[in-house]
Amino acid sequence: MSGHTDTTGHSGTTQSGAFEPKIMAFVCNWCTYAGADLAGTSRMEYRPNVRIIKLPCTGRIDPLFIIKAFENGADGVLVSGCHPGDCHYTTGNYHARRRWIGFKKLLEFAGIDMRRLHFSWVSASEAIKWVDLINNVTDEIKNLGPFMEYKGLK
Amino acid sequence: MENALRQKAKELLESGDVKVVIGYGWNRAKTRTTPVFITRPADVDKLVWNPLCVNNLSIYLTRKFKDILALGKPAIVAKGCDIRNIVVLITEAQIKREDAVIIGMTCEGVVYRQELWKGGLKPEMMPTKCHNCDVRNPHVSDFTIGERSTFTPPETPTGMVFDKIKAIDAMDASERWNFWVGEFSRCIKCYACRQVCSLCYCERCITEKNMPQWIETSAHPRGNLSWNLTRAMHLVGRCTFCGECERACPVNIPLNLVNQKMIQVVDSAFEFKSGYDEKTHPPMIVFKPDDKDDFIK
Repeated sequence: MSGHTDTTGHSGTTQSGAFEPKIMAFVCNWCTYAGADLAGTSRMEYRPNVRIIKLPCTGRIDPLFIIKAFENGADGVLVSGCHPGDCHYTTGNYHARRRWIGFKKLLEFAGIDMRRLHFSWVSASEAIKWVDLINNVTDEIKNLGPFMEYKGLK
Repeated sequence: MENALRQKAKELLESGDVKVVIGYGWNRAKTRTTPVFITRPADVDKLVWNPLCVNNLSIYLTRKFKDILALGKPAIVAKGCDIRNIVVLITEAQIKREDAVIIGMTCEGVVYRQELWKGGLKPEMMPTKCHNCDVRNPHVSDFTIGERSTFTPPETPTGMVFDKIKAIDAMDASERWNFWVGEFSRCIKCYACRQVCSLCYCERCITEKNMPQWIETSAHPRGNLSWNLTRAMHLVGRCTFCGECERACPVNIPLNLVNQKMIQVVDSAFEFKSGYDEKTHPPMIVFKPDDKDDFIK
């Protein structure tokens, strides 16, 4: 990972000049990635603002990934994996959930706007849920504007 | 108490049961205490016990100090709060209970600002942890030295740290952000908080991993935030609120606030308090199928 940070302060604009947020999605290989794949093969359309990073399991998602995403200019982060009980590795998402409970409270205490960090369970068959999730998250973050607090750390 | 401690140390060293006694001694100017490592019975008079004994010596049982472990089986002089750290080290398989002799000291509190101490011990001289201490009588030890303390901690925790956490919780997100960015902006990345922490025992810290460089090493607000959040996250469910990180911080970042906040989060979410029971697993390596996940949509 290179340390590129968007120094212009804004993630991107459309041709009409409207703000388009950059959203990082950390997803697990077995459920959410397959769900997103299903959405693609089913030719469902959703907002193009999301950049997906596929990991073996939600248990692989280090909280530092999320901090690093914000550091590198993400306006929002989405973390998603198998529903509880459905983990390919039996317990990975239970461990991840414990970590998120702590991490979410820590970021709240540090004053990071929790509307920029979303957690979700999306299974391999829930393409519609994935599409709705991305659309909702994108619209919410679009309304919030660029994450200037973090990008402005200079 | 001091004499009883020296006597016990002498017995242990003379019997050959332990090779080194890790305890507190005076610094040269007799203004502070400093860790001492007694290997000869003749030197036990160097051990002292007074309200300046603030250091958490449990750090010398970790693999950070291989030269001290090489001396042989240690006996450690420990207050109740230090024993909590030793218990965490046991639950995390860093040491075995029988690897160290714990000389538990009953404790009526330590001094917060050692440089101002003239003698005596009043509640207003103590840090927040002492006001709410429930381990003034050591809970895990081989020997206990001192008279039994009759102190009972208040039902709701009191003190500066708890008041400040309440004040920060009452702020809105942008105020909290500005508060923490302001505090962390002073960070000079000296890593004293890590070096002094007995639970930061990784052989290679994440901040030293530079392929890729996860945490910016320069004293820049972005890397400072990343470092301090990561440090706090790595201590979730483990920190015992011994307060050494804040004491060691040369720029007075209120690390106790974030550590105590996470202790409260762990207590309410997982009903766990670290450092009391050596048989219980730390909360972040276990789970319950019904952990609360109302924020996960």
